[in-house]
Amino acid sequence: MTALTGLSIAAVRDGLASRDFTAIELARAHLQAMEKTRHLNAFITETPEIALERAKQSDARRAKGRALGPMDGVPVAIKDLFCTADVLTTGGSHILDGFKPTYESTVTAKLKAAGAVMLGKTNLDEFAMGSSNITSYHGPVKNPWRGKRNDDLVPGGSSGGSAAAVAAGLSACAIGTDTGGSIRQPASFCGIVGMKPTYGRCSRWGIVAFASSLDQAGPFARSVEDTAILLAAMAGHDPRDSTSAPVDVPDFAAALGKGAKGLKVGIPKEYTMDGMPAEIDKLWKQGIAWMRAQGATCREVSLPHTRYALPTYYIVAPAEASSNLARYDGVRYGLRVAGKTLDEMYAATRGEGFGPEVRRRVLIGTYVLSAGYYDAYYLKAQKVRALIADDFRKVFGQVDVLLTPTAPSAAFAIGEKMDDPVAMYLNDVFTVPASLAGLPAISVPAGLDADGLPLGLHLIAKPFDEATLFRAAQALEEACGFATRPPGFGGNR
Amino acid sequence: MSYEIKGERGDWEVVVGLEVHAQIISNAKLFSGAAAQFGAAPNTQVSLVDAAMPGMLPVLNGHCVAQAVRTGLGLKAKINKRSVFERKNYFYPDLPPGYQISQYAQPIVGEGSILLDLPDGSTRAVGIERLHMEQDAGKSLHDQDPNRTFIDLNRAGVALMEIVSKPDIRSPEEAGLYLRKLRSILRYLGTCDGNMEEGSMRADVNVSVRPKGSNELRTRAEVKNVNSVRFVMQAIEAEAARQVAIYDAGGEVKQETRLYDSEKGETRPMRIKEFAHDYRYFPDPDLLPLVLTDEYIRKIEAALPELPDAKKQRFIAELGLSPYDAQVLAAERETADYFERVAQGGAGGKKGRRDAKQVANWVTGALFAHLNETGKTIAASPVAAEALGELLDLVADGTISGRIAKDVFAEMAATGKPAKAIIAAKGLTQISDAGVIEAAVNEVIAANPKQVADVRAGKEKTIGWLVGQVMKATQGKANPQMVNELLKRKLGG
Amino acid sequence: MSLNKETVRKIAYLARIRVPEDALAGLAAELNHIIGWVEQLNEVATEGVEPMASVVDITLPKRADEVSDGGIAEQVLKNAPEPVVAPGTDGGFFAVPKVVE
Repeated sequence: MTALTGLSIAAVRDGLASRDFTAIELARAHLQAMEKTRHLNAFITETPEIALERAKQSDARRAKGRALGPMDGVPVAIKDLFCTADVLTTGGSHILDGFKPTYESTVTAKLKAAGAVMLGKTNLDEFAMGSSNITSYHGPVKNPWRGKRNDDLVPGGSSGGSAAAVAAGLSACAIGTDTGGSIRQPASFCGIVGMKPTYGRCSRWGIVAFASSLDQAGPFARSVEDTAILLAAMAGHDPRDSTSAPVDVPDFAAALGKGAKGLKVGIPKEYTMDGMPAEIDKLWKQGIAWMRAQGATCREVSLPHTRYALPTYYIVAPAEASSNLARYDGVRYGLRVAGKTLDEMYAATRGEGFGPEVRRRVLIGTYVLSAGYYDAYYLKAQKVRALIADDFRKVFGQVDVLLTPTAPSAAFAIGEKMDDPVAMYLNDVFTVPASLAGLPAISVPAGLDADGLPLGLHLIAKPFDEATLFRAAQALEEACGFATRPPGFGGNR
Repeated sequence: MSYEIKGERGDWEVVVGLEVHAQIISNAKLFSGAAAQFGAAPNTQVSLVDAAMPGMLPVLNGHCVAQAVRTGLGLKAKINKRSVFERKNYFYPDLPPGYQISQYAQPIVGEGSILLDLPDGSTRAVGIERLHMEQDAGKSLHDQDPNRTFIDLNRAGVALMEIVSKPDIRSPEEAGLYLRKLRSILRYLGTCDGNMEEGSMRADVNVSVRPKGSNELRTRAEVKNVNSVRFVMQAIEAEAARQVAIYDAGGEVKQETRLYDSEKGETRPMRIKEFAHDYRYFPDPDLLPLVLTDEYIRKIEAALPELPDAKKQRFIAELGLSPYDAQVLAAERETADYFERVAQGGAGGKKGRRDAKQVANWVTGALFAHLNETGKTIAASPVAAEALGELLDLVADGTISGRIAKDVFAEMAATGKPAKAIIAAKGLTQISDAGVIEAAVNEVIAANPKQVADVRAGKEKTIGWLVGQVMKATQGKANPQMVNELLKRKLGG
Repeated sequence: MSLNKETVRKIAYLARIRVPEDALAGLAAELNHIIGWVEQLNEVATEGVEPMASVVDITLPKRADEVSDGGIAEQVLKNAPEPVVAPGTDGGFFAVPKVVE
């Protein structure tokens, strides 16, 4: 990381304002870093021309005294699930080969309007299905943090490329999507901040859909403050998305710097699970102590249906996905594999175009919705989901935020956990419940494990109460004092 | 009306249910802002949502909801305040997302009924099971290329109402009456133009047979997409006969989808593999449940026009029309409005100023005859309601005779000129001058001694002949009643 | 509820995903494993519980009945693997292998 590529959004904003550097210099520095770090495979498509053009426009605006706001000139990496006009958008899948949308997603359009400088489209698990970024058609992403034996580690997923890019200083910040933990878990694995807003806070229009009732766009950055700045530029009601909440975007930054005094923190007892690694448990308890030291009160609470969250998710999400992915059929865009008949064309295109994990989930989803099974699986899962949401509602009558670990382990080696899909699903055990209930949640890097790999702590707040979430997260961040960068990326061990 | 099919060992009756797809009159589609009109170049009335591009989302057209509620009220049906949009999942190239947004378990409208106006003047109710909203599919063109099917998505996403009757229909005639009445109601409400030839109203016909007098419900076959009332009636006849023949031969009727071949006059099975249609309905996660308030429904109800049944009753009760005439006049709103403008009109605007029965005779007689001959609708009638009214007034006040009026009407229709002008130009004013009439009568009596003697001898009918002679002598202009009375007096009858 | 090769074949057809014959057994085993795992939901008492109808507590928004879209045939057809021009118009078609009806 050079001087320019290690800056926070806040520092970029200030540096540009003080003319310490220009947006073009900033963009160039990041593009160069990307070129040198291609071995991480964090990007599927680099967009240097667009980056330089937007940086140039940013400088021009600033020269006229018309800088747009805190994101003007800030380099950002975009998960390749957001449709970006005239730029290849693959969803990490073979089936979207060659697809260049003629339209721009609402979230990335907002970022563009805010002056953000798009560096490129980041790698991800195919159609956002995964927790390791190994299911991408464009190859796995390597975590900039390396294993004890210098082995390649996963960055987490599905937004692995975005997380790796930010951790490696290839971008000041990035956006991803989180359906069951796909921002928070990679943030934890990569030692950065990652956040999923309340369901409905950001528009889903133009985001390649995985599971409609769970998908949410969210920010990655190297500090809580940066995350809040980025979210403010992404969020807002969109009449083109019927699930977009017609609520104003509060001034998230105003929530910062308030400290944790008086905050009521709940510790859900059901998150203590069998076989939980001691290090995770220790860090969690450390987190509780930190919050107390900051003036918060911590108490045990109960979310009785917690253990059913993962199986509920793995019925609901595949079901919705099986329907959302039916449009990838070789007729109107993407890959087409020839067939003598229409059905053959469909089957060959989708058989070749989808990877094994996507195929698994689409088949599971098809099965749980099929005649005779709908009641037993899908309907049942939606009922349990209602109970899970209700657990949270009750608890938020007594506390302001919940504190849990983010992931049940640090980053594991590429190639591990491959034999059993369910073992991979367990990565999301702490993040999924908040997804099912549509709650805002954040992962803050809190410490290192015995192998020197980052571990995150996870906070959950009430619907649309991102302000309290940021407040608590920043207090935790301050207490953790986690400033580590991956070795070789501006950090030292 | 009972309809029987004579089988080999007994008589059978037919049980018919109709599922009508009625295209909602609206500017834009059900979930997208593309135009819902026809005749445009292929794929020019298609939005990215209709084309199911990645990341696209549906937004409900509020007007279509109102149209569905309006229709439900017109069918005297229960409006369900809470209804849910569900996805019906299947693969076909004219269905870009791979699912149709429809309503399944909770439709917007529940049970209602339609009153059939039977030819003998009585009525019979046919139950409505439900009405729901759904998207139409695009068009597949199979005849443009030897090896390929071309897809036009202009129609994809257009709003439809699916109106399902109960299996209460017992003959092809009843089916015809049902469709005509339904069309009449829809046109009255302005919710669908009911044009079967253009495809804005299509019928799927469910047909089963059973031994006459039994209550059982045997396996039914569905004859899909029949596009005229006549073909629906023919299809029922053909399908019922086919099923009876199967039973007579000791076989079983298969539950299947068939098409009606109007040239051969028979139904045949559809060649597409229908068996694997497990639609896997589930609530669309991109939408929320539709909740209507009592206020909303009340407002729509208050603004409903007087519907055919009520209008028919009013014509009978207040205007003294026969049930047959009342039904004919009430069948189309434009006709009823025309009739009423004539019947209620007049110089003083006094209600019911004209003889309603006479008006009815003229409208259903001379006017309809002319419109049928010239293929015009009543909206394009060359004789406006006011003009016809004027003509009838001239008969009523004795200016012309009823016989002459018919000729005047024909002239009015051909030239568009008003009655008074035609009468003046052609000198058709009825002669009511007693002196002139007496002179003519005296001449005829003098010229026809034999007939005069016959009348005096008791042959009453010959008076008519003598009247005819007076009419001839006066170019038909003599007031026939006066002639008749005078002849009778002079001949001592 | 156990999935065998036959069930997987049927589901794969419903989902229009071609699965090679020799992969069916393995896939059935994987799917069975996942289904077996999610079946623990049967332990949860859910009588009288309404299924979650919407995650966000808002009413369904409605649009005005205005033509605000369409007329973009070029965009709609831009990424098509096999677009067909409709001569004399500004429209075109998608093409697929012929379907027999």
